[in-house]
Amino acid sequence: MQRYSAFALARQALNHHEGWERAWRAPDLKDRYEVIVVGAGGHGLATAYYLAKNHGITNVAVIEKGWLGGGNTGRNTTIIRSNYLQEESAAIYELSRGLYEDLSQRLNFNIMFSPRGVLMLCQTEHELRAMKRTAHANRLAGVETEMVDPARVKQLCPIMNVDGPRYPVLGGLWQPRGGTARHDAVAWGYARAASDLGVDIVQNCEVQGIDVSNGKVMGVRTSKGAVRCEKLAVVVAGHSTVLADMAGFRLPIESVALQALVSEPIKPVMDIVVMANTVHGYMSQSDKGELVIGGGADGYNNYTQRGSFQHVEETVRALVETFPIISRLKMLRQWGGIVDMTGDRSPIISKTPVEGIFVNCGWGTGGFKAIPGSGWATASLIAKGEDKVAAPFSLERFREGRMIDESVAAAVAH
Amino acid sequence: MLLIPCPCCGVEAAETEFHPGGEAHVKRAEADASDDAFMDYLFHRKNPKGVHFERWRHQYGCGKWFNLARDTVTLEVFGAYPADAPEPPAAIREAIAARAAERGSI
Ligand SMILES: Cc1cc2nc3c(=O)[nH]c(=O)nc-3n(C[C@H](O)[C@H](O)[C@H](O)COP(=O)(O)OP(=O)(O)OC[C@H]3O[C@@H](n4cnc5c(N)ncnc54)[C@H](O)[C@@H]3O)c2cc1C
Ligand SMILES: [Zn+2]
Repeated sequence: MQRYSAFALARQALNHHEGWERAWRAPDLKDRYEVIVVGAGGHGLATAYYLAKNHGITNVAVIEKGWLGGGNTGRNTTIIRSNYLQEESAAIYELSRGLYEDLSQRLNFNIMFSPRGVLMLCQTEHELRAMKRTAHANRLAGVETEMVDPARVKQLCPIMNVDGPRYPVLGGLWQPRGGTARHDAVAWGYARAASDLGVDIVQNCEVQGIDVSNGKVMGVRTSKGAVRCEKLAVVVAGHSTVLADMAGFRLPIESVALQALVSEPIKPVMDIVVMANTVHGYMSQSDKGELVIGGGADGYNNYTQRGSFQHVEETVRALVETFPIISRLKMLRQWGGIVDMTGDRSPIISKTPVEGIFVNCGWGTGGFKAIPGSGWATASLIAKGEDKVAAPFSLERFREGRMIDESVAAAVAH
Repeated sequence: MLLIPCPCCGVEAAETEFHPGGEAHVKRAEADASDDAFMDYLFHRKNPKGVHFERWRHQYGCGKWFNLARDTVTLEVFGAYPADAPEPPAAIREAIAARAAERGSI
């Protein structure tokens, strides 16, 4: 792999930048692989990378029906935080946040991780109490967060209206090492590094069937032909049910649309991420100057990658109240992704009723932040048959009623 | 924006008048059923990429629950029917079949 560095840039400049090689190979599908990963989103690519990197399993294909990173990984608002309530969540989200810290160096690809701090507002007494509880839980779990008062909120984000008429800001949960990263770069960085270790990434190739014999996976049928494999990882977010149907098992997942929008670019006005769960909106400013805005998900099943207009309206209305300065901004773009929701708002990283098939799904509205940790844990589950971080997130929890309830920590879609 | 007909009061209105209630026709597990049966009843969902039979409530109208047949890919609404119907009525099933045949022949 050609390494990226200031030195390489200077050298290539002398060649008029004509000497750069492709970032990843574009191989043909082989007849068989040890592991096939379906879905080249962040979670699928990270799984393939850590299979190769941590476990030496390199006979791996990642099969993607569109282009890599074109699913939710390229559609999200890139918030990274680990201030969840339950211990199991803290373990995987904090592992992930920690891995993000030096991911650019490890992948030799600038993912633009920006730990600018994430502030979750408390705008009702009830929310204030819930966030205090989360702050205590975070402290016990070793996640660095703290409660801040309205004066400090105003200091952290001067454009905020902290004494609005309906929902005055009563405090906030502040995670100074939370932040954002460049979403495409995360997919590209993992793809490039995985490809370099021998992983075949095959794009424009749809998995259309899964061959199962005697309860064991044999391979997949794709738009580019049949491929055999020993193990299959299904990492397809909103399409998880479609793939599970092919293999003949059921999932506790529903697919719904979640939308985001960005404003026209303006001068820097905020340098942290602010989330307002009660009024359902959140905002940060990209390096280009656009305000990146997200809100709630639709309530009904949907595979169309576009959502309902009223959610955009509700989100913007809430944010205008909290940030009056944005009331005259024009919105440039709006889009949707199909997110995979579980009942307890926690993900699934699990074996399945079919031997050799693993699923990684259920990240719903908040899985971008989890890409490194999830890939790490899924790879270890596939390679060794078990993993400490992944264990609580198995499908078994739905049989046992052992929910990992994050419906409060994940109240606003992020 | 979906346009949804309410079979209870006859109004057809924008989706903002209604509240979605998830998959219809889910059968409750018996009290002494196995854990697997409860998992099926409580958590597993069909979540089809295609026609979905689902519950809706006319929240800002007559307030009543009903069922709706809707395609999750085209967002086409095939029709509404009473909440207590054990299965979608013949007219709705025929409309769905006709649309499928039409698409198959393209
Ligand atoms: C608007 C929006 C905002 C969000 N904001 C945040 C945020 O701020 N912070 C955060 O942490 N998370 C956020 N999320 C959630 C986050 O984007 C997702 O949880 C995460 O990207 C999921 O990654 P993934 O790799 O599982 O899925 P995806 O990136 O969706 O990848 C799945 C891939 O599988 C492919 N696929 C599907 N079916 C097949 C098939 N049959 N054959 C082959 N390939 C197939 C798809 O084409 C797709 O590329 C947001 C999501 C949305 C939609
Ligand atoms: Zn009505």
